[in-house]
Amino acid sequence: MRRIAAQILNPIAIALVATLMVAGCASKKVPNSAAELGLAGNAAPGSSQDFTVNVGDRIFFDTDSSSIRADAQATLSKQAQWLNRYGNHAITVEGHADERGTREYNLALGARRAAATRDFLIARGVAANRIRTISYGKERPVATCDAASCWNQNRRAVTVLNGAGS
Amino acid sequence: MKHVLKTILLAVAFATGLAGATIPARALVEIDVNKGNVAPLPIAITDFLSGDAMGKQISDIVSADLKRSGLFAPIDHSAFIEKISNPDAAPRFEDWKVINAQALVTGRVSQEADGRVKAEFRLWDVFAGQQLVGQQYFANKGNFRRVAHIIADAIYERLTGEKGYFDTRIVYIDESGPKNNRVKRLAIMDQDGANQRYLSNGKALALTPRFSPNRQEITYMSYESGKPRVYLLQIETGQRELVGNFPGMTFAPRFSPDGQKVIMSLLRDDGNSNIFTLDLRSRNTTRLTTADAIDTSPSYSPDGTQITFTSDRGGGTGHSQIYVMGADGSNQHRISFGNGSYSTPVWSPRGDLIAFTKQTGGEFQIGVMRPDGSGERILSSAFQEEGPTWAPNGRVLMFFSQAAGAGGPKLHTIDLTGRNEQEVPTPSFASDPAWSPLLE
Repeated sequence: MRRIAAQILNPIAIALVATLMVAGCASKKVPNSAAELGLAGNAAPGSSQDFTVNVGDRIFFDTDSSSIRADAQATLSKQAQWLNRYGNHAITVEGHADERGTREYNLALGARRAAATRDFLIARGVAANRIRTISYGKERPVATCDAASCWNQNRRAVTVLNGAGS
Repeated sequence: MKHVLKTILLAVAFATGLAGATIPARALVEIDVNKGNVAPLPIAITDFLSGDAMGKQISDIVSADLKRSGLFAPIDHSAFIEKISNPDAAPRFEDWKVINAQALVTGRVSQEADGRVKAEFRLWDVFAGQQLVGQQYFANKGNFRRVAHIIADAIYERLTGEKGYFDTRIVYIDESGPKNNRVKRLAIMDQDGANQRYLSNGKALALTPRFSPNRQEITYMSYESGKPRVYLLQIETGQRELVGNFPGMTFAPRFSPDGQKVIMSLLRDDGNSNIFTLDLRSRNTTRLTTADAIDTSPSYSPDGTQITFTSDRGGGTGHSQIYVMGADGSNQHRISFGNGSYSTPVWSPRGDLIAFTKQTGGEFQIGVMRPDGSGERILSSAFQEEGPTWAPNGRVLMFFSQAAGAGGPKLHTIDLTGRNEQEVPTPSFASDPAWSPLLE
């Protein structure tokens, strides 16, 4: 029940997106929820699949901004709740930028997004020593079209459970 | 080890005052590179005499270099009347006037007893009927391309009054694979795209390589340890070294003009980034900026007294702007005030201009402005382009550029006048070019 509720409240792209997009067409819309992918929320509670599918592993940012938007606050609150419940996971917060900025500036911008995300999680009770951050700047886009619909998805911070892979 | 390139080249240059007058009389043939729309100078570059293919190979490289500069128009060989059989004798100037060659290049390549190659060339002013330059070089056979570039530099310098830039190399990032799984490798090549080779295996993301002033090392940013950090790489030995021991990400590195320091950004724990230097001898670090902002992309003035950098400390829209400060961090002030955001400032080797990337109206542009922010000029615009680097003579910029839907960037050059934009040949997509200095 809880899982289903989370799924509905949290229509945000999941980690599987990256895998699917490798083979996908560049302009294809990235699926935004587990439902769109036809996935049931049948992951084992506390597993990384549970986290990515039922909680949502990523948040999105406005252009050239590292402010945590309202929709992102909802996601991060759920992430914090989950991380506080399953205290065995250490995490890496990856900060990313879209490609509409220059390389070095975007490395810094991605870092700022990762730090803002980390700080939010800490404020929601996740222990600071469980979190490391890394910026990939604009080097790791998940959506590859040369249009705003893709840039929106690339301006993101992804919470990765360590050992689970990115 | 420090002088590997020098010892393999042995570029001994002599003025060979053999044939006729070598009085440095005022030549009639000259190019004013500062004129906006100069017509390229017609020049006849004959095949250098040699017993094998090397003579033609060298003259072809000289010809290609001069043509790419946009300042010279090499004349098709089929128009030539005189066939040069003795490069030590004066040519029949009338034969070259007829085909409107303003300048003529003749030469010879021969094998020395010790196995080295000797290359000689002469540059003639056709209408004045005199020799302008005569020089000879010795090199190992494997270095014939460098000899050709050095000859092209000598011709360029004599006819334009500016230093050449052909005997230079480019470090850059080779990009392969799909956009969402890009492999980025350090690569190096001659400025004309020849002798391309890789300096990293592509397993780890590598970015923003830049040459040391002595051309022997590069500093770059890499994820090879799992953490994004600045490294040094000895080009010939492949030896790598972490720069400093910082807790957070280090990025955007460049050498100081004396090669003693690396200047770079260091990420703070709060998510902001400031500019630091690391002295490569003493290992001392010096913090130059403290703003609660993104301060990045630092670049020294050629005399080492000032630094230009990108910062978003001003806030507002078009956050990132260009700033200048003293080398000690003093007098930090904004210089870019146009409509848009500015980043990647790079100081010209002549000191007179700062090249930058500008984003405005949904486009990226490459431009230049004076160090006080005046005289902004946009040289190039595209869907996406950034990262200018200067040729060592400060006349030409290289950057990377891509059209919408192109799938990846390629390297481009453009003259400071905004003319003669050309793609640089690379085996795959390419970004983050850095132009080497000339060897002194």
